[in-house]
Amino acid sequence: MATETTAGGHVEPVYQEVAGMCTDSNGGAIGMPQLCFDWFPNQIFWLVVTLVVIFLVLSRVALPRISAILAERQGTITNDLAAAEDLKAKATEAEEAYNKALADARTEAQAIVAKARAEIQADLDVAIEKADAEIAARSAESEKAIAEIRAGALENVKIVATDTAAEIVTALGGQADADAIQTAVASQMKG
Amino acid sequence: MASEATGAEQGAEGGSLVFHPMDQFIVKPLFGGDTVAWYTPTNVTLWMALAVVAVIALLVLGTSKRGIVPSRSQSVAELAYGFVYKMVEDVTGKDGIKYFPYIMTLFMFIVCSNFLGLIPASFTTTSHIAVTSIMGFGVFFAVTILGFVKNGSAFLGLFWVSSAPLALRPILAIIELISYFVRPVSHSIRLAGNMMAGHAVLKVFAGFAQVTAIAPIAILSVTAIYGLELLVAFIQAYVFTILTCVYLKDALHPSH
Repeated sequence: MATETTAGGHVEPVYQEVAGMCTDSNGGAIGMPQLCFDWFPNQIFWLVVTLVVIFLVLSRVALPRISAILAERQGTITNDLAAAEDLKAKATEAEEAYNKALADARTEAQAIVAKARAEIQADLDVAIEKADAEIAARSAESEKAIAEIRAGALENVKIVATDTAAEIVTALGGQADADAIQTAVASQMKG
Repeated sequence: MASEATGAEQGAEGGSLVFHPMDQFIVKPLFGGDTVAWYTPTNVTLWMALAVVAVIALLVLGTSKRGIVPSRSQSVAELAYGFVYKMVEDVTGKDGIKYFPYIMTLFMFIVCSNFLGLIPASFTTTSHIAVTSIMGFGVFFAVTILGFVKNGSAFLGLFWVSSAPLALRPILAIIELISYFVRPVSHSIRLAGNMMAGHAVLKVFAGFAQVTAIAPIAILSVTAIYGLELLVAFIQAYVFTILTCVYLKDALHPSH
């Protein structure tokens, strides 16, 4: 490449001595700059420096830090999930307790209702009994009174009947025999 | 070739096309002077330093808040970490995890260099065979030595395909041996070649933009190729890294 000559016979172009045979006098590339071996030591040296620096930065600072961040996040997520599980269990427990309390309250309420009903029934029974007894007593009294009245009435009827019979007999001109009249009235009333 | 370039330049003054697609790959001393000794700070130094800065900015500064709920830069850092970690774990298995920092170093360097190289007027360090071959051969020697240290002579079982018929095994062994020694070459040239070709093509299309008649097409093409190069920049870093993982797996588990 470096020895290409023009038709004129002189070497063209003039190469820069110091930069080796990699650039021409205008600073342009000759062929592939990648194949210029004069530049290899420089590139290799700086590459090694760069890789060592990156490796040190990564292995000492960056990778442990990112690894820690990821682990911490994983831990936080796990903890949060566990906490959520806990809270869910608690909520279920609370719901159960609530349901149980509700059921208990219902049972108790039913018991109280039943008891109240029984008490009322008992009171009612007592009152009814008392009322019945009173009614019975009153009716017995009334019956007695009625019987008395009835007895009195019968007696009066007898008296009236005897008197009336005696009057009638007298009116008819007969002699009223008190005994006979009484017997007759009694027999008539029996009939 | 050089005289053609000069001729083209001279012609440029007369209004014709000038192409310098390879000039972007020239190594120059940063602070003047012409000598490029092994220690000279050059544009290679600058762009590698910028790659280091990018890595630190993303993975160290980006994660400085250590948020349980990540910020945007921390998300990207975690994404890169998870991406390479999962790749190492999936390809090499659990016992490959301890080599994760080395593979992460390679991945971060290549991916940052590739993307920095796509900044206009930048210098692409990974387009140089000197750079990629050091990484490729570095991986090759590290993996080979590791294979012998871990498995002793059983590492040679990698070349002796015990599942093949006995008659075929010597032939397969030769093929395996050749393919094994070609690995570092293909490993490094794949990356450098992709980077160099993409950037050279961008320059060529940019050169066509000097002609008014085809400038719109040239600019559209540059845009399209730039998009493609963004994809290639990531994919080549990924390919380099996953091949490193595959070679590492061979060293740790040489049996087929």
